[in-house]
Amino acid sequence: MREIIAGIFICMGTIVFALSLLGIYRLKYVMNRMHAAAMGDTMGLGLMVIGLIILGHDVFHIAKYILVILFFWMSSPIASHMIGKVEMLTNKDYDERVHGK
Amino acid sequence: MKEEKSFWRKLNAWINGEEALIHADEYIARREQPKKRQWLKRPNVQQLKANKGLYGFLCVLISVVFITIMLLVVSNLPTFGDPMDPANNEVMERYLEKGIEETGAINFVAGMILDYRAFDTFGESNVLFLAVICVLMLLKRDKKNISEAEDKEITEDEMLDAADHKSILKVGAKYLSPLIILYGIYVILNGHLSPGGGFSGGSIIGAGLILYAAANGHKKMQTFFTFKTFTGISVACLLTYCGCKSYSFFTGANHVGYAIPKGTPGDILSAGFILPLNICVGLIVAATMYGFYALFTKGDI
Repeated sequence: MREIIAGIFICMGTIVFALSLLGIYRLKYVMNRMHAAAMGDTMGLGLMVIGLIILGHDVFHIAKYILVILFFWMSSPIASHMIGKVEMLTNKDYDERVHGK
Repeated sequence: MKEEKSFWRKLNAWINGEEALIHADEYIARREQPKKRQWLKRPNVQQLKANKGLYGFLCVLISVVFITIMLLVVSNLPTFGDPMDPANNEVMERYLEKGIEETGAINFVAGMILDYRAFDTFGESNVLFLAVICVLMLLKRDKKNISEAEDKEITEDEMLDAADHKSILKVGAKYLSPLIILYGIYVILNGHLSPGGGFSGGSIIGAGLILYAAANGHKKMQTFFTFKTFTGISVACLLTYCGCKSYSFFTGANHVGYAIPKGTPGDILSAGFILPLNICVGLIVAATMYGFYALFTKGDI
């Protein structure tokens, strides 16, 4: 039973990763691509780690997974924020910014 | 007659102890001015340009000699992938069977690169140091290689950078960079026990330093990491590495008559010189990573 639940979570995480990868290649504008990439880092990784936590052996094993999530959820938004800020400060093309052309 | 006379006069003077100069005026007129020694030799540009052909010839000659030596060595190597090669049976067997016993390191990659092949790793560390020095020569900002307009642009950029608060990045770096550096230290210190070691741990520490520098600015970084610290760390680590490994090589590189205890495999203080060598390599790599970042962004460490 435990393995089945964990498997479902991991599969969902993999699907989210696949979708975010598709988004990165399909979308053209920086902000849209960032939004697609962030999905993998947050939701995909979260679902996968939940699945692995269900499979975990003991407390320290699970604590390491939680640390991984904490690290990613701290660092990834900051990096995205900096990229978005640079884009807003340097790209003066209004059409591209608003209508995504 | 005259010569004889002068000879007697000379002899007379010599016996009397006076160093008399005969024909002093003539001597003064003929003598050469004492040459001023130029301790700092500057290459003469005209001379260099005149010998262009010679330099080209010498370049080609030296390259051809080295290429010939390398090709000769390669032709004497055993064929690649031959199952009877020593690399495919003897060396591997020796590493797998006697590795832990001989080096004392549980992580055998560390044992290999810092014990059996320590000389190679020493060269790699030197290459890193040399690379930073070369980049420094090319990119360091000083009055000679920068025009006034560029200088003005850079100061404007710095003012904009200072006006930008970057509060999110600062808070993030405040909590993340100590953790990253701590993790790097863990990877280095456990290099002989778990996967990792000097190169990977050093690059993690370098990443932490870069994050700190990106958030808090170059000026704050210079309160504890200047060019002096950089050269100090690099040179001290290279010399320590050189000293440790020379000791091992001068005792024959076979651990006979080698007074460093191996300890029990698995302890943090074990494996002889592998732990200090890992620390040296890690510090060099960390300093190099940060040095490249600082040189490429600000043009100054």
